[in-house]
Formats: sequence, C-alpha cells, structure tokens
Amino acid sequence: MTGNRKWNNGETNNQNKKAKIVCTENLAHEYSRRDENGNIIEIVRAIDGVDIEVEQGDFIAILGANGSGKSTFAKHLNGLLYPTEGAVYIDGIDTTQKEKLLTVRRTAGMVFQNPDNQIISNVVEEDVGFGPENLGVPTMEIRKRVLDCLKSVRMQSYRKRSPNHLSGGQKQRVAIAGIMAMRPKCIILDEATAMLDPVGRLEIMDTIRSLNQEEKLTIILITHYMEEVTKADYVYVMQEGKVALKGTPREVFACTEKLTECRLTIPKITQLAQELNRAGLPVPGDVLSEEELLACLKI
Amino acid sequence: MSLILQNVSFTYDRGGSNEKQALTNIDLEIGSQEFTAIVGHTGSGKSTLMQLLNGLEKATEGKIYFHGRDIYEKGFSMKELRSKVGLVFQYPEHQLFESTVLKDVAFGPRNMGWENLQIELNAFQALKEVGIGEELFDSSPLALSGGQKRRVALAGVLAMQPEILVLDEPMAGLDPAGRQDIFQMLSRLHQERNISILFASHSMDDVAEYAKRMIVMHEGKIVLDGPPRKIFRYEKELKQIGLDIPSVTKVMHRLRDRGIEIDDSCLTVQESAAEIVQWYRKGAIE
Amino acid sequence: MIRDITIGQYYSTDSLIHHLDPRVKIAGTFLYIISLFTFHSLSGYLFAIAFFCGVAALSQVPFSYLARGLRPVIFMLVFTAALNLFWTPGESFFSWGIIELTWEGVEKTVFISLRLILLVLGSSLMTFTTTPNQLTDGLERLLSPLKAIRLPIHEIAMMMSIALRFIPILIEETDKIMKAQAARGADFETGNLIQRIKNMLPIFIPLFVSAIRRAGELALAMDARCYHGGKGRTKMYPLQYRLTDLLAYAVCFFYVGILIIFVP
Repeated sequence: MTGNRKWNNGETNNQNKKAKIVCTENLAHEYSRRDENGNIIEIVRAIDGVDIEVEQGDFIAILGANGSGKSTFAKHLNGLLYPTEGAVYIDGIDTTQKEKLLTVRRTAGMVFQNPDNQIISNVVEEDVGFGPENLGVPTMEIRKRVLDCLKSVRMQSYRKRSPNHLSGGQKQRVAIAGIMAMRPKCIILDEATAMLDPVGRLEIMDTIRSLNQEEKLTIILITHYMEEVTKADYVYVMQEGKVALKGTPREVFACTEKLTECRLTIPKITQLAQELNRAGLPVPGDVLSEEELLACLKI
Repeated sequence: MSLILQNVSFTYDRGGSNEKQALTNIDLEIGSQEFTAIVGHTGSGKSTLMQLLNGLEKATEGKIYFHGRDIYEKGFSMKELRSKVGLVFQYPEHQLFESTVLKDVAFGPRNMGWENLQIELNAFQALKEVGIGEELFDSSPLALSGGQKRRVALAGVLAMQPEILVLDEPMAGLDPAGRQDIFQMLSRLHQERNISILFASHSMDDVAEYAKRMIVMHEGKIVLDGPPRKIFRYEKELKQIGLDIPSVTKVMHRLRDRGIEIDDSCLTVQESAAEIVQWYRKGAIE
Repeated sequence: MIRDITIGQYYSTDSLIHHLDPRVKIAGTFLYIISLFTFHSLSGYLFAIAFFCGVAALSQVPFSYLARGLRPVIFMLVFTAALNLFWTPGESFFSWGIIELTWEGVEKTVFISLRLILLVLGSSLMTFTTTPNQLTDGLERLLSPLKAIRLPIHEIAMMMSIALRFIPILIEETDKIMKAQAARGADFETGNLIQRIKNMLPIFIPLFVSAIRRAGELALAMDARCYHGGKGRTKMYPLQYRLTDLLAYAVCFFYVGILIIFVP
C-alpha cells in the first residue's frame, strides 16, 4: 500500500476515529442456524473483525462475491443489524444507541437491491416524501426537498407517475431521491445495480458520481461488478466476512490472484494491460480505462 | 434445421386498450448444436421471442416449424414441444416449489407422463450435470444458496431432455465466478449432450467469449444476425440502438481509427494481446 | 402489460367533484346512502334521483361508465326484484298458475330496485372520482378519532396503500410463475376440482415465498427510511378543507334536511 495520508491505518486516537463519517471497529456479526427442533446446529460468523474508516466526501467501494458478507456489513451501517462484537460509529454515533437510531438512519441512508421492494407509495413524488414525512419535516419543506431531490436524480418530469411504469434504473433513481430527501451525509448502495441492465447501471453510476462530486455526499458502493469500482477513491474486498484486500482501485486490481480466490475477476481492459505488460510492452498492469491503455501505447 | 420461424409477428392484447406490437416479421432458423446469443436492450422483444419458441405465447401472424412440423397445426403436441425446447426464465430460482430438490427437478418429467424410473433417472442425471451433489437431493430447494438455487432450476428444465435450451439472461445477479460456472456448464452441455443453446445477455464480454452466433434485436425486429466477430464491426450501428461492443474489441477499433494496421476483429483478451504485441514488435524493429 | 391494470375504477378527469376533499366525498356518500332509507314516496325517489344526476353531471363521468358499476350487482337486483314481485300480498291483477301479481308488489319492486340502484351508483360515483390513495388518506383522517380507543387506524391505512402498490406487481409475478411452470409442462386447465387445486400449488407456493420475501425487504426499506409508525409523522399533502369543500358539506346537509323535513 502507498503511504496515503488519508488511509494511514496506523495509530489514530479514539477521538479521531469518531470524527469519521463511518467507522467500524473490529466489527463481527454471528448468527446461529437452528434445525427444526430449535437446536443450534451451526454458528455462522458472517462478519469477522472488519475495520473500515470513511471520511466525509469519499467514494468507497466494497467488493465481494455472493455470500462474502458484504450485505450483512452494509446493514450494520444503517442500524438494521447490530454488531455481536465490536462497534459501528456513524458520524460519531454508536449505532447501538437506541435513542439515536433515527439520526443514524437519516445520516447514512441506504438504497437496496430490488427496485420494486423499496418503493412504498404508488406516486413517485409521494414516495420521495416518505422519509421526511417519517422525520416530521414540515409540509412545505417536504415539497421543496422532494422537488430538489427529484431534480438532482433527473426524475422531476416523472413526479406524478406511478413507479410501476418506470424502468429499473429510473426506479433506483427514485429510491436514491427518497434517501436524499432525508438530507443524509452518506449514501450506502447495497448492490443497487445488481438487477439492472447496462443502461440502468450507467444511470445509477452517473447519478452517484455527480452526488459525490457536486453535493459532496459520501458514497459507499457495495457491488460485485468490477467496472463500477474503477472510479472509487478506495476499495475494500471482502471474503468470508473479512477484509481480504484494500487499497485504491489500481492497487486492488493488481492483485489478480487474490481476487480470483475471492471469486472476482478484474475488468477486461486491465486483463489486457497485464497481458501486454507480461509480454514486455511499456504498459503497467494497473490500467483502468481504454484511454489510459491507448496513452501508454503512445498513440 | 430444427426450429424455423417464418414471418412471425406478435401483438400483445390485440384489439384491447393496451395493444402493442412486440415482434414484427421475424424470420429465424435455430439449428442443432448452435451456441447463440440474443442481444438487444430492454424491451427489444427478446423475451417475447423466446416465449414463442416453446409455444407459451402464440404468434399473431406467421408460422413456426419444429422438425418440419407446423406447431400451430391441430394435433401437434405442445407438451412435447415444451420438453424439446426447454425455456429457462430470468431468475428461474423463483419458480422452485417442491419440498425437496429432487422432487422439484422431477416436476417437468412427471408432467411429461414418463415412467417413474425414467423420471428419477432424468432428474438424477440433470442434477449431476449442473453440479449439485447427492447430499443436497433431499434438502429443501429454498434452503440453498442463490447460485445453487439457480442451478437446481436449470436442472428442472434439463431433466425434460431438451434438444434446444433457451435461457433468458441466465447470469443475471450472479457474481463473476457464478457467471463463469453457468457458462462452463452450458458449454459442457453443448459439447457433450449436443444441446443447442440460445441465451439472452446484456454482457457483450460474455457474448464475445462464448457465443458462435449472435442475433441483435431492436424494436421487435432482428437487425443483425451472424458470428460475433462480424457483428461487432458495426460499432456505430450498435451504439445507435443502445448496445456496446466488448471492451477489448473497442481498444482494437480505437487503434485502427488512429491509422494502425491491425486486425480489429479480436474478441478476447488473449487474441487482442497477441495482435498488439505483434504490431508493437514490428514497429520496434522498423 | 399487466402493470397497466388499475385498482378500483378511477375515472381520470378534472371536475369539481374530483377536486373535492376525499373526506367530503366519503361523508357525503355515507349521508346519501342513509338518506335513501328515510322516505317512502315517489317524490322522495324523484328528489334522490335528481340529486344524484346533478352530482353525476358535475363529476363529468360519462353515464356509460357509471352504469358499468351496476354490472356486479345485476344478479342481486333481479333476485330481490323477483322476490318482491311474486311474494307481496295484495290486490291481484294477474294470475297464472301459482304466479300471482299484485299492484302492491309492482310498486314495492320498483321502489326497492330504485333504492338499490341509487345505492350502488352513489357509492361508485365516489370511487370513480377519488383515487385509491385519496380514499385511504380520507378514511385515515375520518377514522382517526378511533385511535383514542387504540384501533390501529394509521397502520391499517398504511397496509391498504402498500397493498395498492403491490397488487399489480404480484399479479405480474403470478403470470410469470405460471408461464415458467407451463414451460415445465404444467397443466392448469384439465382435471376435476381437487386435481385443479392441486395443480395450482406450483404457482401458489412460489408466489407465497416471493410475497414474504418482498414483505421482508420492504420492511427493511421502510426501517431504513426512518418509518416508526404514525407518531410524529407529517404529510407532504395534508388534507385541508377549502371553501368548496365546506360548501359541498352544506349542500349535502341541505339535501338530507329537505328530505327529512318535507318528504314523507
């Protein structure tokens, strides 16, 4: 790993850690599986000692194959699950503090995988207003927020429509607007692109990138699509509940063997660069985009 | 040729308030031992076309022949067609319902009215082929992992002994390794059991790597049909209908655009790397 | 395609009646239905019909749509009519075998049928002019006093609106599962009743599993968006009476008042 200022994993005092937007300390989650008679047959350690620190405004990706524990991890960041060991701090608040639960959920909003199963209302704008309504935001303020948020995901022209008539990508954009309307500091996308077609995936990636850059929102993207993480500031790769790899996308993609072991594959462009590198061409093995590869070939 | 579509059109809710033409004048032949991809953006008619192939939807115009017989002819057995042309829907794991894996896979063969021994044998064999071990045969299909469920659902169609296997986005939602597993399994079925494979996909990288033929659909019509190597030359045309080309092929196209003499029809990483290395070394010598 | 189905029978247009507060429409319909039982004379019926026609004209819902609302109750209508026509004792004017028609019978039949028709038309006019969402909202507000006796009014309203959102999705899903099982050779059309019910299991079980999965995911999504029951909730579009709503209330009470005071 490079000696990056931000990612210095050395000694940081406790106060400092709590200043981060998201911080987990030796987080572990265990659950027991029971047979038909209620006897415990197995104790599963879905998350096993995860330490992650995210600063305000970062774009973080968490990669992992199905069953690597990444979704269980995500649910801890939103107070939907509680640690069985260790702790999670959202903007300095310990998520197990019951009376601060709504603050945690409002600060770190979560977008889920299935677009159909997270839209509650049958009118787009009323769905976006659902979060603020729950938080007791005054009526006029809700309407203003709803309009602003629909604009920032470019869905304002659909505000009176039924979500049933939207495409998958549009529905996910509505879901993002619904989170935005709670004025979060951080958005967690739990495999929010997994059920979309390539067009929908691009829509979502464009949306979150602009939210990250223009509105300075912290983004935590959980995915198994390698192409989506190339633009992230920092990547964590999860395997069997642990962080198996971490670093910038470049650093992570260079570890081809470890990624294969984690049931992941690197983007084809990077694969091509690595082949060329092995053949002795002046191309580094950590190329992320087509433009970069062409630039290396000096044409 | 085993499955032929002749000037087939399909309209949803004909004469109703939601009338919508989904397919227009489709001419298509699916032969034996093919490995074909259908591509097209959402709503291009891929799924509808697939449902016509085994008679789930009936063409509003045109004819479909299976082994030379008109499938809409009186006396033609739709049941047999559905076993010979196996259709695997998107997220097929959502249709699992039996109490055990083995029973669920036997559902199709049992509907065919085959003998018990035959049913059991087919179910057994199909599960082996998708890589589900015997220790899971008696567990509930709902207790399996996502990838296992998908393979059990696939076995449920395979157990009907299809000649053509039609799959609607069989890799949707799977992680990279899971996708690879499914494709390796399909390749094996294709080679060892001579099953013709027809799959819909959004991933051009997958199409480039596995398909021998690709059919491009747009607004209910087939706009391109041929080997991927030829079709991916039409980068501009594909882009116009919202489709991409494989990322390595795109690199080759860009090199070509910049006046470099290079074969830009490469589909895989290995091919492209070899081609670039060759060009680079030639340049170095000069 | 199936997602295009509409729940209920809302007729979309921009009329005075459409813009009324749903509470007015619910209360008004309730009053109207009660009013139908307060009179026993021809003039009363004429007045009730006139009132309905006036409101229907204001609503701009075509009569053919309104008439469609009668379709499900035709059997009941014919049945009650026949019952009254043949079994009312009185002055006979026609008899054939055991069938005997009386003047009293004819009168009773006409009046009871009219009452039934007005009752159905009146309530369908409400559903034609109010979206299911507005209806749920209106009911929640009207019934909110019942919260005092611990009836979960907010929860019931929330359940209704979620059901409205998910019914089209589940119908589409049913269609998909049916097709998937048909692709495996399932047959839903032949066999006796028990056989057919058994044949539906491959549809019902996956549908049930999927509904439970969706419910679980939706509950998580609602949690994540800070849902914690009706307490401390605000509304994006709170129901608020405007002048026209108050006028509409006045018209309704005026109508009922006239009926009770002047019409026998």
